[in-house]
Amino acid sequence: MSAFWARPMTKITASAALVLLMVLLPLLNITIPGVFPGATYTPGTLQLLAYAMLIAALALSYHLLFGLAGMLSFGHALFFAAGAYGLGIVLRNFSPSWLPAGATFVASILITVLIGFVVAALVGSVSLRVTGISFAMVTLAFAQAGSVVVRRNPGGQTGGDEGLTLDVAHVPDALVGVLNTRNLYWLSLAVLVTVYLVVLWVEKSRAGHVVAATRENELRVRVLGIRPYFVRLLIFSIAGALAVLAGAAFLLLQSGVSPRVATPDFTLTLLVIVVLGGVGLRWGAVLGALVYTLLDQRLTALAGSELIAGLPDVLRIPLSQPLFILGTLFILVVLFLPGGLAGLTRRNGRPQRPRARGRERMHDAEETT
Amino acid sequence: MSTIVLLLITGLGLGALYFLVASGLSLIYGLMGVLNFAHGSFLTIGAFIGWEVARRLSDGSWWALVAAMLTGAVVGALVAAATEFFLIRRLYNRHIEQVLVTVGLALASVALFEGIWGTDPTYVTSPSWLGQTTEILGARIPNNRFMLILVAVLVLVAIVLFLKFTRYGLIIRAGVENRLMVTALGIDVRRAFTLVFAIGGAAAGLGGVLASIYYGYVSAHIGGSLLIFAFIVTVIGGLGSLAGAAVASVLVAVLQQFANFYLGGTGDLAVVLALAAVLLLRPRGLMGAKA
Repeated sequence: MSAFWARPMTKITASAALVLLMVLLPLLNITIPGVFPGATYTPGTLQLLAYAMLIAALALSYHLLFGLAGMLSFGHALFFAAGAYGLGIVLRNFSPSWLPAGATFVASILITVLIGFVVAALVGSVSLRVTGISFAMVTLAFAQAGSVVVRRNPGGQTGGDEGLTLDVAHVPDALVGVLNTRNLYWLSLAVLVTVYLVVLWVEKSRAGHVVAATRENELRVRVLGIRPYFVRLLIFSIAGALAVLAGAAFLLLQSGVSPRVATPDFTLTLLVIVVLGGVGLRWGAVLGALVYTLLDQRLTALAGSELIAGLPDVLRIPLSQPLFILGTLFILVVLFLPGGLAGLTRRNGRPQRPRARGRERMHDAEETT
Repeated sequence: MSTIVLLLITGLGLGALYFLVASGLSLIYGLMGVLNFAHGSFLTIGAFIGWEVARRLSDGSWWALVAAMLTGAVVGALVAAATEFFLIRRLYNRHIEQVLVTVGLALASVALFEGIWGTDPTYVTSPSWLGQTTEILGARIPNNRFMLILVAVLVLVAIVLFLKFTRYGLIIRAGVENRLMVTALGIDVRRAFTLVFAIGGAAAGLGGVLASIYYGYVSAHIGGSLLIFAFIVTVIGGLGSLAGAAVASVLVAVLQQFANFYLGGTGDLAVVLALAAVLLLRPRGLMGAKA
């Protein structure tokens, strides 16, 4: 089994088949009761799946930071929010008369991603001056600042607590309205595949190898004469730009955005997703996002059902809070299932958790020096 | 002049709140290297249960308030000690996983509080004196700020006395310096871990009751919003330094008050900028031992 999967051609074929299936999904009539709200061609299900795929793309960008580079950031939601709000603001204010509507739309997306990359580089250049837990706190502070700015509604641009609605003047008609959910689904799928390929490329690149080596043993990398700061900054900025892209698609999908996506809590959700799926694995991030989003949606539906309402208080109150169940599940995964959901499938194949052991070794080395 | 006095004293009051949260965070980080995201939940549950007790005793009397504060501290300590014992201890020396567990606990507990006490804020009634103001140098200062400052100073003195003059305080101080050496000398440092969590939880629970007087209500998110500022305070003060936490609490809160008043409500942003400045100039914080 493991030899079969190890062959690169098999892997590529299987991935291509999966993507093809996802592409064809809106044309099929598949009903999975309890998982999807309806048949796969209905807008409701497509909306949910598209949402899950964008969260998966975001989780993949977070995987670059946390899984590959070992940087525990609590501010990644900042970039997702920057993408969603950024595109919304650019679309509203950027309308040069010499460009056709379609080109304005594409240019707006490019401008947003570019701005996002610059913001990520700026935030990263400050926060990467510290490492480990301090880095986590600093990114958290930046995310909090972003959240405050969004809620303050500077210049009437972000809409404050109400959120921002998409200005459709320059958006192609095919991406507007419930009837076109299918197109938005394909757009989200394209974003997910793009982000996946970029993440794969970064992981296999020289920068990816250096940053992974830094995660395992920073001292050794320094001894080899490489300064980890710039490689880390590069990875941080790329992850930020990918999150911006996912955020921009999120704005189109939801035709608006609420300040919830800027809060540090949203980053915590992302962390939960990546750990739930399995730290250090690309598939883990995608799987975690799908499982989390579907669970969250179904548990919310369950919370409102009569089955729960009839229970005594001791059971009813915890069960009617999806976040309580997800948080508890997350704690259990961290305690008892260190490889996450994706780790379940590779239990027999490889030795478990080489990474965590590396991290502990590094820590021991730090403590004895 | 009166405005400056007002801003200074209200800033000190807010700083007192930050200190009650940050002191525990800083001690826990200093000894164990754990960044405790569940600290806000210790605060929230202390506040909720403290006020539940106060409401059952009598509304708005002084001894009900004292009972609320004691209950808050005890509940915070118990919950914190239980967290350390059942969750953190299993992940000894795996710092990232320890952070993750506290993140999960924070998410789950806030959801549970919302389930039990609802999403709307619960308003509290404190003794009427706390709602009045006192005039100092022409500034009318809300009386509850004085109580916040007094309690925070008492807590600071108590923790310092405990660390300086008791055997366990000695073990904790030694553990912060060099945990490996303490263990090598045959001292079970894990008991000190639980103790530090309990102390931090007690300060946070007490802070919860006081925070609800400051804001006038309790809600499931009261801990989370204070926690972020407490994180900033601990980084600015230097991770693991109690004195640093105390100084930084006051600096951050006063800066926040002044920026809110003179720079059009930009207090939160000013605090983040201050954090960035401190990190650029002095990455280990004001009084931190090492980066």
